[in-house]
Amino acid sequence: MHLASPPVGGEAFFILPKKRYFMATASSSFIDRRTVIDWLGIAPFMIFALMFLIVPTLYLVMGAFFTPDGQFTFKNIADLFTPTILSAYWISIKVSFASSLGGALIGFFLAWAIVLGGLPSWIRSGLLTFSGVASNFAGVPLAFAFIATLGRTGLVTVFLREWFGFNLYSTGFNLLSFVGLTVTYMFFQIPLMVLILTPALDGLKKEWREASEILGASTWQYWRMVAFPILWPSLLGTSLLLFANAFGAIATAYALTGSSLNIVPILLYAQIRGDVLHNPNLGYALALGMIVITGLSNILYIWLRMRAERWQK
Amino acid sequence: MKMTKFFAWLAIAIGLIYFFVPLLGTFEFSLRMRRGEYSFDAYGSVFSDVQFQQTFGFSILMALFTIAFGMLLVVPTAYWVRLRLPQMRPVVEFVTLMPLVIPAIVIVFGYLRLYNSSSYIPFTGSTFGTNVLLVMSYITLSLPYMYRSVDTAMRTIDVRTLTEAAEILGAKWPTILFRCIFPNVMSGVLSGAFITFAIVMGEFTMAALLNRPAFGPYLQLVGANKAYEPSALAVIAFAMTWLSMGLIQLVSRLSKMAPARRA
Repeated sequence: MHLASPPVGGEAFFILPKKRYFMATASSSFIDRRTVIDWLGIAPFMIFALMFLIVPTLYLVMGAFFTPDGQFTFKNIADLFTPTILSAYWISIKVSFASSLGGALIGFFLAWAIVLGGLPSWIRSGLLTFSGVASNFAGVPLAFAFIATLGRTGLVTVFLREWFGFNLYSTGFNLLSFVGLTVTYMFFQIPLMVLILTPALDGLKKEWREASEILGASTWQYWRMVAFPILWPSLLGTSLLLFANAFGAIATAYALTGSSLNIVPILLYAQIRGDVLHNPNLGYALALGMIVITGLSNILYIWLRMRAERWQK
Repeated sequence: MKMTKFFAWLAIAIGLIYFFVPLLGTFEFSLRMRRGEYSFDAYGSVFSDVQFQQTFGFSILMALFTIAFGMLLVVPTAYWVRLRLPQMRPVVEFVTLMPLVIPAIVIVFGYLRLYNSSSYIPFTGSTFGTNVLLVMSYITLSLPYMYRSVDTAMRTIDVRTLTEAAEILGAKWPTILFRCIFPNVMSGVLSGAFITFAIVMGEFTMAALLNRPAFGPYLQLVGANKAYEPSALAVIAFAMTWLSMGLIQLVSRLSKMAPARRA
């Protein structure tokens, strides 16, 4: 008897934790299955991104650090610092910088005009719609448009020559050059700036302006001490976005200049087509350089946008 | 105040000149084909070119495939992330923005190295495979725009309630997705589709490097060999972009008017 009762109590004692344990596994495996389904839901997207975006890019990035025989090396990176490649990067950076600066300035004034200039509202909606179109009008047709306008027999060139006797091309201007490419790129840079900056300017509160006026500030002081400090992250950030945008563009430049203007995307294009650098892994390094430059400007852009959004709540 | 208005008009005037002169110049140039008078000969020459018809048709086909498969990828993902995996949102959004950071020429360079005919997945080994790869590359390029427009449209509907309501009524997942979610984000799907169409029709880099007879490389070829046709083509391309954007505006305006939306 004495021996009989403990097993019962013991069993009861035992069953309870066991049951609890069983329930725990049931619910955790239920969660697991749910989690698995959850993750399966975005699996197609993740596989797509890996196959067509991430792995191809990583492949080039890794390739930049190896010789064609598979030996690890920094030589490809070092070889980027040869005159031809450096000058390609330099021209690319110059064109991207000039076109983003020009795009930012003109885009800023246009956005300012439609938001704060007191113009009729149809101008605002018209300009924003047009900007949506023009920022997507890039590539080969854009090059054609500028050849027809500023080329040797283009509308503006002919107009200036016949009406003012002014030969544009005698001033050293050439559409197939740094200046020409910059002017062409601005056609999609300015609208992009307008589109991104208009909301930022909309975010400038009327009260700030009124408060500064009541405190006796001039217009200049208002812009310098109130509006500009709020706007500069948006302005600089968008300029960086424009910079990256111009840096990766190839179609316009290729259709405009063929391969006469040695910018990085065109050099890379020639390298992909026919290994003009005589080292496939140097091509990878060239691509890595592009990713680093566009990546850095985008990271800075995101950081600046986060700063800018503090004021837009 | 008067000064402000003056400078505002000045800015608009400068913008107007900068944007309209090239368009005017292109149009004027495209009419110059017949000596001494304006005519639409360049357009006639373009439209009667067999290569124009073929490449244009090819690009339209590629654009349609891109839109169809892209949306099949993007809409369920955006839906799922909103419903089940909100913690993954930043990651998915970051991935969709990557094509804006990595230049197209770099992406296609990676494809050519990774999927050449001697690799494990030889996409470029056959014409069909290359076309598939081309469509995939276009989906990648338009991912930022498609995802953003679909996700914005999804913000205006209550995904969770819609799903629960459908589940209570006994709907299975395909029904929920295609008869409940898709119709409700149609405005986003359509505006994403139009912008994708505009991107694919003018795209040059991918098609040229994958050696496919698309409209972009054809434009470049004409530009290198002919005088007046390129301008006519630029006018056509601009009209097409304008049409796509106009349709986006129309769709977003119509969807704003549509009732039965969560405030």
